[in-house]
Formats: sequence, C-alpha cells, structure tokens
Amino acid sequence: MAETNASDILVRFKNVQKSYDGETLIVKDLNLDIRKGEFLTLLGPSGSGKTTSLMMLAGFETPTAGEIMLGERSLNRVPPHKRDIGMVFQNYALFPHMTVAENLAFPLKVRGMDKTDVTERVKRALSMVQLDKFANRYPGQMSGGQQQRVALARALVFEPQLVLMDEPLGALDKQLREHMQMEIKHLHERLGVTVVYVTHDQSEALTMSDRVAVFHQGEIQQIDSPQGLYEHPRNTFVANFIGENNRLHGKLLSRDGERCTVGLENGERVEAMAVHDAAPGQPVSLSIRPERIKLNVAQEQNRFSGRVREFIYLGDHVRIRMEACGNSSFIVKQPIATLDPKLAVGDVISLGWNVEHVRALDPVELAE
Amino acid sequence: MLNPTMSPIEKVWHYVLRITSGLTLLFLIMPVLVIIPLSFNEGSFLVYPLTGFSFRWYQDLFSAPEWIRSLQNSMIVAPAATVLAMVLGTLASIGLTRGEFRGKGIIMFLLISPMVVPVVIVGVASYLFFAPLGMDNSYTTLILEHAALGVPFVIITVTATLQGYNHNLTRAAANLGASPITTFFRITLPLIAPGVISGALFAFATSFDEVVVTLFLAGPEQATLPRQMFSGIRENLSPTIAAAATLLIGFSILLLLTLEWLRGRSERLRTS
Repeated sequence: MAETNASDILVRFKNVQKSYDGETLIVKDLNLDIRKGEFLTLLGPSGSGKTTSLMMLAGFETPTAGEIMLGERSLNRVPPHKRDIGMVFQNYALFPHMTVAENLAFPLKVRGMDKTDVTERVKRALSMVQLDKFANRYPGQMSGGQQQRVALARALVFEPQLVLMDEPLGALDKQLREHMQMEIKHLHERLGVTVVYVTHDQSEALTMSDRVAVFHQGEIQQIDSPQGLYEHPRNTFVANFIGENNRLHGKLLSRDGERCTVGLENGERVEAMAVHDAAPGQPVSLSIRPERIKLNVAQEQNRFSGRVREFIYLGDHVRIRMEACGNSSFIVKQPIATLDPKLAVGDVISLGWNVEHVRALDPVELAE
Repeated sequence: MLNPTMSPIEKVWHYVLRITSGLTLLFLIMPVLVIIPLSFNEGSFLVYPLTGFSFRWYQDLFSAPEWIRSLQNSMIVAPAATVLAMVLGTLASIGLTRGEFRGKGIIMFLLISPMVVPVVIVGVASYLFFAPLGMDNSYTTLILEHAALGVPFVIITVTATLQGYNHNLTRAAANLGASPITTFFRITLPLIAPGVISGALFAFATSFDEVVVTLFLAGPEQATLPRQMFSGIRENLSPTIAAAATLLIGFSILLLLTLEWLRGRSERLRTS
C-alpha cells in the first residue's frame, strides 16, 4: 500500500470505539483513513460493525470513544444535519408525500438556495440518473430501480464531497443490482466524489470498489484493493469470506523467508507462502483457491493425487469435488475448454498448484 | 352471498347474522332518528305523535339569549380545547415513541388516564383543585380541562400512526441538511397527519358534547350547548332541546365527513 499524503485524506477514524451497553464493543478501536475521491467499501457479515461505523460517520450514532475527522474538522460535536454528507439509505427513505422533483429539491431548499438554481440543479440531477420524465411522479408510483436512482440523485444533488451508501442495492433483484452496481461505479468515476459503501455482498464489493475494508467482530481484518484481498488474504477469515477456498489443516515444519513447508495430518507436505507468523510445530491453515488447482500435472513441488467424487456442471466451468490431501470435499474449478472429457467419477489423478497460490494462514478451530 | 356449498344450518346462521347486525345498527341510530322529527313539531311537548310542522323551536333556539350564548361558548371552548389537545398530544406521542426510557409506561398511563377515570371524578377533582385558586367559572379552566380529556385520543391515534412511520425518513431529512424543526414540519407532520386529524376529531367531539366537567367548572357565563340542554331538560322540557340536538347531530356529521375526507386525502398521499 502506498504512503498517502495527509492532504489526500478526507475522513479519518482515530481509535473509534462503539458500545451500546457499555460492555460489548460493536466497534473496537477503529483506525481508518479514507482517501479523497476513492470508492471504499466496508464489507462484513451482519453484526461486524460496518453499519455502525457508517452511522457514526453520518452522525446517527455517537462514538463511545475516539474521534472522527472530516477534512480538518472533528465531527464529534457536529449534528447530522450540519455534516454535509450525502447518504443513500437501505430501502431508499424517499419522502412519500413529495414528488421526485420535490425530494431532490429538499436538500437545496433547506440550504436556502434560490428557486431558479434549485430548478436547474434538480433538472441536472434527474438527467444524471436518466429520470428526466419522472420529475412529477411520487416515489410510490415508481419501480425499485427507479426509486434507487432517485435516492442516488438526492444524495448527490447538493454536491457533498462524501457520499455514504448503506446496502443500497439490497432490495433489488440480481440483474438490476448488477446493472446499478455499474451505474454507481460510473457515476463515481465521473463525479470524483468520495464514496463509502456498506455491503455484506462480497461480489458487490469486489466489482465496485477501489479499496475494501473487511470487518469482522468490530475490527478491520484487512483493507486492500479487491485484487489484493482475493489473491493475498491476510487471514483465514478474509480468505473464507471473499470467494471460495479450499482449506487444509496442518503444522508448520520449517520456514524459509517468505516460504514455508507445512505437514498435513496425512503426512503429505505442502510448500506454501508464509503469511501467518507461526513457529515450527504450531498449527496453520492452508488456503488454496479452486481455480488455481491444475489437474494431471507433471511438476515436482506440491504434487498430490486425488480421487474424483462428483462433477458439478455450471455451463462455463465444471466444479469437481475430489478427495485429496486428507480433505473429502476438495473443490477444483476447471474451465470446460481444458477439462479432459474422459475423466470420470472414481478416477485417481494427480493435481497440484504453484507455491504462490497457497497461503499458510492462522489456524481455525476444528469445531467449525 | 349465499354459497352453494352451505349446509342448511349455515344458511340459517347466515340470515341470523344479517338480522342481528341490522338490528344492532338500528338500535344505535334510533335515538338520533327519534329526536330529529320532534324538533320540527308544532306542539310544545317532546312527545309523539307529531301535531304539525313548524320551525318555531329553531326560532326560539336562535333568539333566546341563553341558547345563543351557549352556542357561542361551545364554538369557543371546543375548538380551543381541540387545538391544545392536538398540539400537546402529538408532541407527547412523538416523545413517547422516540425511544425507551425509564418511566415511559407511567407517563403514558398518566396521559391516558383522563379517558379511563370516570368523568365525574375528573369533574369533582378539577373543581376542588381550581375553585380554591379562584379559577372556576373561567373559559381558560374549562378549555384546559376539556383539552386534558381530549389528549388521550390524540395520543392513541398519533402513536398508532407513528408505528407505521419510517424513522429513516427523519434520518434522511437530517442527512440532507434539515434541522429537527424543519424535519418535523416538512416530513414527520405531513406523514402522521391522518393520525393527528383523527385524534383532533375525537378531541373535538369529546369537548363538544361534554356535560359533567362543564357542570362543575362552568358558571352560567361559560355554559356550553350540551350544558344548556342539560339545564333545559331539568327546568322546562321544551322542544328547543330537540332543535339544539338536531343542530348538534348535523354539525357532528358534517365534521366527521370533512375530517374523514381530509384524512383519506393525506392517507392516499402517504401510501401512493
């Protein structure tokens, strides 16, 4: 991660904590810098503290400890209506008794903008989201996708430098959601506004963001670019939460700089990238992405044999469930084009992967 | 509708239900229907059969000074008490639905109590409280007491409406830069208006036909229309009372229709 200049930072969470009952911390010591113009996603399962963090930034929750800075200004004593931060709510929160145009004019009118400017800006915002013809409709007369666009336009119409989005696409069906993801992404690129986006959908986070912060149990597990998160997860939680992955349990045998050797329970040895800081003899958990596994390999390192258990046909690729490395549901993803058509259930074949594609991470409790 | 799959017993029940429902409605409306023809009766007794048609009791109603004054008093006390109950009740419900806090249940109970406690007790108690302060026989006291009787209705209807109110709208308004007061008048109030209006209607009706508390607190100066009717019944049972009653009925129906229309209109806005 490149060093960032202090002036590039728009929002800064400094040692922020949040607890509702004074005992359990929903957010534990959050330190986060949000850069000007970036699309940052807070990703995590429910209860991980991502939404609470967003609500503290919007001003609807107050931190129990710590400070949130917007630019040079501390937000701790600024009420929500004086923060100048746009927000797209879950389920949109459009005012049902106002037309689309009135909804968009609302933030401008409360700022005392004069009438002709308001009309002009509302018009521009509507054409930005391609809803020019809907100005006089009520939200209840529009489809979910259209309401979503109105909510987006309303959050942007007063030109805030920061826009928050709280699972804004959760209520839409899959196709529309994917379409809106691209629309929001393009809007972000065009306007250069800083976006903080909350979601529990990892594919949404990967598609849209410049950086993703993975939340778990009130802490950021890893903050990185989508590619960095997927290819270089720093711990087992991130590896499991983002994308699919095969997990193998073993003990660290030896370590050589960046690389290490791990002994599996069945005696096999795996060469892997040493990510988790473990001493020889301590347990580690290995993570390998299913699409990184090659079949019928001739390599010497990391070469194993496995028995084919099941084929799952998915059109563009086939998932093969294998018994390998002591794991009875070892998943291999093969593109249709490279799949050997003679391969059948029960066959024993060789499989392998490159050292840089297997990462030795923190061990997980076997109770799972 | 009779369903072809009904057994004979079910058919009998079907008619029994219809007949009892009809009779219940008749029972409810009968006293109202009985009084109206009497107000147009020529004779000076409140009895059937009618002896002829005349407007003399209406003339009497609008010329006798004590009736005119009671009409005026009702038109002062009821609207004032309604406005007061509406404002206080709405504010109270918003406060009570905003969050959980200690003593919430007790406050709710206290505010609702005028509806539960027998009116006679409210009347006696308010008399015993206000009379030593020299505040009986005053419009202010009567309006305050009628407002207290109306507040529970406003609280109940507004609280019910607030259950369906999406509190994210308040947050959205704040996020868009609106102060809490602007948010209340531009967002919350328009959306809970159906509840506020229904509550106000009940509060108005409560004050408009209130006799007991008025008997205790109002002097002859403040006698309202129901109070005047009450003394009219005791002193001389003239059909002027029937005329006044008919007027009250007409006015109430008109009020009900207007407010129902208003409520329906904002309800449509809210859900469209």
